[in-house]
Amino acid sequence: MVQLLILSGKGGTGKTTLAGAFIKLSAAKAYADCDVDAPNLHLIMTQQAQGEKSDFYGMPKASIDTNLCVRCDFCRQSCRFGAIDNESNYTVDPFACEGCGVCEYVCPAGAITMTPAVSGELILYSNDSVFSTAQLKMGSGNSGKLVSEVKKQMLSAAAHADFAVIDGSPGIGCPVIASISGADMVLIVAEPSVSGISDMERIIKTAKSFGVRLAVCINKYDINKMNTQHIEVYCSNAGVDFVGKIPFDPLAIKAVNNGKNITEIDCSSGRAVRDVYKRTVELLFESKKRCEKCE
Amino acid sequence: MKIAVLSGKGGTGKTLVSVNLACAAKSSIYIDCDVEEPNGHLFFKPTNIKEEQIKVKIPFADNALCTGCRQCVDFCKFNALAYAGGQLKVFENICHSCGGCVLVCPENALAEKERIVGMTHKGDSGNVTVYTGFLNTGEPSGIPIIKKMIGENNQKRASLTFIDCPPGSACIVMENIKDADYCILVAEPTLFGVHNLKMVYELVKLFDKPHGVILNKCQDSENPSEKFCVEQRIEIIGRIAYDYELGTLNSNAEIAVRSSEKYKTIFSSLLQNVMREARHGTTINPKR
Repeated sequence: MVQLLILSGKGGTGKTTLAGAFIKLSAAKAYADCDVDAPNLHLIMTQQAQGEKSDFYGMPKASIDTNLCVRCDFCRQSCRFGAIDNESNYTVDPFACEGCGVCEYVCPAGAITMTPAVSGELILYSNDSVFSTAQLKMGSGNSGKLVSEVKKQMLSAAAHADFAVIDGSPGIGCPVIASISGADMVLIVAEPSVSGISDMERIIKTAKSFGVRLAVCINKYDINKMNTQHIEVYCSNAGVDFVGKIPFDPLAIKAVNNGKNITEIDCSSGRAVRDVYKRTVELLFESKKRCEKCE
Repeated sequence: MKIAVLSGKGGTGKTLVSVNLACAAKSSIYIDCDVEEPNGHLFFKPTNIKEEQIKVKIPFADNALCTGCRQCVDFCKFNALAYAGGQLKVFENICHSCGGCVLVCPENALAEKERIVGMTHKGDSGNVTVYTGFLNTGEPSGIPIIKKMIGENNQKRASLTFIDCPPGSACIVMENIKDADYCILVAEPTLFGVHNLKMVYELVKLFDKPHGVILNKCQDSENPSEKFCVEQRIEIIGRIAYDYELGTLNSNAEIAVRSSEKYKTIFSSLLQNVMREARHGTTINPKR
């Protein structure tokens, strides 16, 4: 399966809108939303059938049996995450607990057990195509682990699909790194603002360190043409493929607000995204084509 | 007074709101906790920068003492240790610095050293003291950097502090709002915007934080986020209209409040609303 991952560094540049368009244009048999913190792809990818839901267990959480607790304070002193409170008779803050098990180990009274904890929910839609998504529980950790589960779920349900589009999350940390593993190409959606450029440079640096193939496109390019030019020059200097630009389009916002895909209506962003799609896919399958020519 | 600015969805205007509110105040502290993609410093262009490296603890083995018993490997819940080729290997990026491996080693073969994961900058920009956290690229977690910046400012209860949060609603956001006195939720008028607003709204309710919404990029058309606020009776503390001039200033990383009297007036009155609501919120919850 060839996997195209869409990232941006900065939030709100248009990853999900673009991912939705790419899914429609490619008629992808498999797609996933790896922005488990704030998933949105399901809002524009209307599903016929009900999704199949399953609990996601992240790290276990410590729990203290106050009947056995001898109040020796060892657990509180050993916890690096400040998760144990002695004021309220030794209780564990489940949001601070990272599930390392140190407290359980140091407790001389056997009062602490590590209990499995649900940290989110995985959802799988399988109709003519497979859509894997998830929702992390509020304030929870383990987002990288859940991202890996979302991809695993997609891969096992759509083992025979040849192409997958994956919507990523903003930032450069844990969930982004987890989503990069296994991707054949990362398409970065940049925004022509000083902030957008700084964030793009950081995501390029991050993705490059994992050795994955990169391409950049610019969304809302006409809101600041100077910055757009700056991005194009940056990409050419950095040896990153530039695959096109999409104009700011009020109709795109309207489409999204009606749960529609920008390729389904006649609009300037919908037309531009087709070119970006064409060039991205050409690049992605370039090596494959080269092999075919040899034969 | 500590005010956290959050949104769930990225790109709704957290930085726009927190930077301009900080500038509209007589004097304030601005902390950029979006350490993966910090942008506030691009607007403030702070001077007199004091840099500090942020380190975490990671284990290392004394191979002469290690007998290969693998007790540490079995203990590590994060799979950050492996014993292979007659040597203990530490996957430094995955380590959560819990210190468990050092505790369980029967040979005292493990000790801890420090590893740099990022840095903080503290600088001045007119009336604002600017803190910025930078996570090194390739590092998974910026939480140690956020904890450091928030911890350092925890003592300064008297001053007005704005915390520019990362997007989402995961542990990293929770870390930011834990000590906040008031939360501003910035929402944009889209279906995505309202969906993610619901999530951060759940988060602030979960932590029982006084909160209000600022509606950004408002246009004449229907606003799903506003509708949600009205339905849920969430206080709308302000509206920022979508306008080309503000968009251009923002895309060039210029601070609107410092560039034009018009925006100075807008954000000053927004700040007054915020302060009134925040004071009201903290009197109801005097513990905070």
